[in-house]
Amino acid sequence: MSGTDSLRAAMLSLAFLLVLLGIWHVGTLPKEQAASANDEYAKLMGKGAVKTTGFPTPAQMGETARKHLTDPFYDKGPNDKGIGIQLAHSLGRVGAGFLLAALLAIPLGFVIGMSPLVYRALDPFIQVLKPISPLAWMPLALYTIKDSSVSGVFVIFICSVWPMLINTAFGVAAVRRDWLNVAKTLEVRPLRKALQVILPAAAPTIMTGMRISMGIAWLVIVAAEMLVGGTGIGYFVWNEWNNLSLTNVIFAILVIGLVGMLLDLMFGRLQKLVTYVE
Amino acid sequence: MAFLEIQGLAKTYRGRDGRPFTVFEDISFAIAKGEFVCIIGHSGCGKTTILNVLAGLDEASAGVVVMDNREVAGPSLDRGVVFQGHALMPWLTVMKNIAFAVKSRWPDWNRTQVTLHCQKYIGLVGLTGSEHNKPCELSGGMKQRVGIARAFAIQPKMLLLDEPFGALDALTRGNIQDELLTICAATRQTVFMITHDVDESILLADKILLMSNGPGAVIAEVVENTLPRPRDRHSIHHDPQYYRIRNHLVDFLVNRSKLYQTGELPRPAAPQVVRPGVEPAARNAEQRGSAGRAVANIVHFRH
Repeated sequence: MSGTDSLRAAMLSLAFLLVLLGIWHVGTLPKEQAASANDEYAKLMGKGAVKTTGFPTPAQMGETARKHLTDPFYDKGPNDKGIGIQLAHSLGRVGAGFLLAALLAIPLGFVIGMSPLVYRALDPFIQVLKPISPLAWMPLALYTIKDSSVSGVFVIFICSVWPMLINTAFGVAAVRRDWLNVAKTLEVRPLRKALQVILPAAAPTIMTGMRISMGIAWLVIVAAEMLVGGTGIGYFVWNEWNNLSLTNVIFAILVIGLVGMLLDLMFGRLQKLVTYVE
Repeated sequence: MAFLEIQGLAKTYRGRDGRPFTVFEDISFAIAKGEFVCIIGHSGCGKTTILNVLAGLDEASAGVVVMDNREVAGPSLDRGVVFQGHALMPWLTVMKNIAFAVKSRWPDWNRTQVTLHCQKYIGLVGLTGSEHNKPCELSGGMKQRVGIARAFAIQPKMLLLDEPFGALDALTRGNIQDELLTICAATRQTVFMITHDVDESILLADKILLMSNGPGAVIAEVVENTLPRPRDRHSIHHDPQYYRIRNHLVDFLVNRSKLYQTGELPRPAAPQVVRPGVEPAARNAEQRGSAGRAVANIVHFRH
């Protein structure tokens, strides 16, 4: 039953895709232009009698995608690098910022979750800092760090720290009293209690926080790289916009979506791994 | 001095209006080594709080608990607890749940020793074959068995059971009661157990503590279970003595447990020891008040 259901869903998805491509194709068909006084001007501008909308057709997109995918790692100077290299830069920044955030947020979240006093003391800071758009930190980061690439990492750090911190604290605070009592009656040492009781008990909540953080980090990296420039998928999008190459921009958008999906899938898997049924 | 000695235990909360609110007071009793003691009382009389104080998970406002000549302060591996809601860790298998406790008790043991020890107690509660299942794959009765195996596996000096069978259906409950009876007989384990089930207490206990209603609850009577061991769940109710004890317990719960609160029955300075159906003199004396205490003391001295 579920097998045929998923087959049907896949068929429907395919149909949607074809319809979408069809609309796209029809919408970007070159229009026969009536002869006009501007013909000469058009010739001068290097345009034929055929007027295009300027928006790439699906066929052009396919050609661009093929070119990018067959040679993703070429490097022809600072403004012309393969999509693979750009992605690697972005993923590297996201990875570094995310990892640093996890290293701070998870232990600190543990402390906050276990101590109502620390929770109350830090709560005002968290409440004020959390809603700040991570990009607002950029000037401050650039001024103090004086390195655009590291500033990007910092922006990722600052945006992914909050969901992890809050979820860890919440997960740790919500560990069932019963399990803690079991640990108490067995005279379990604090470190063993933290690693073997509280951590696995709070792991699903912590993992949810990490998944949210990763989603936000991948959203933010594009904007951050547009701002600081140099390398990365965000910079690629902005650079291709300056080149007026919409095919490349659209291709990059699709790649951003696909990579974002893969990252989310990965964290979804991890989440499943630590989830338990009560 | 008895193995476990509880003297003058009281629990007082500060109410919302600032006035103290006494859950129970003047709780004194003793448990001998190898004895099985049940405590019965209506909800709110503080049974679970008493058990938590014995476990070291809660603190009393007054009074002392002495076990094996040492004052109880904080939790200890000497006292195993079976929790009301089994309290198994759902991310661990049956084996690992028990191994967690065993490794806490004997941190120096190697893996084989731990596994063998766990296996023994899994077998004892009849769960061989389910070692590698997670709690969510077990029925309610099986989960509670794992909880019991975990508590027994650390070989505590004393076992505390907080209404362990309350959530189980009657059939499953009966089976586990049988197993508990067998294990306790084999290990001569000292047990303190909370229950709501009068029949369960008669089947299992040597002594049954009857608590009056809270707030301000006290242990009103100590009923000695005179039914001989080994006891069999299927034939025990054919013993005429069974109903004398049962009627006494039910009478207490239905009629007398609330009278101590209103003052219609005097609060005993020390709980009266009663042996329903065996010593009519004691029973008559009990109703006369102070004379009963004399008899109670005589009975008390005997063990």
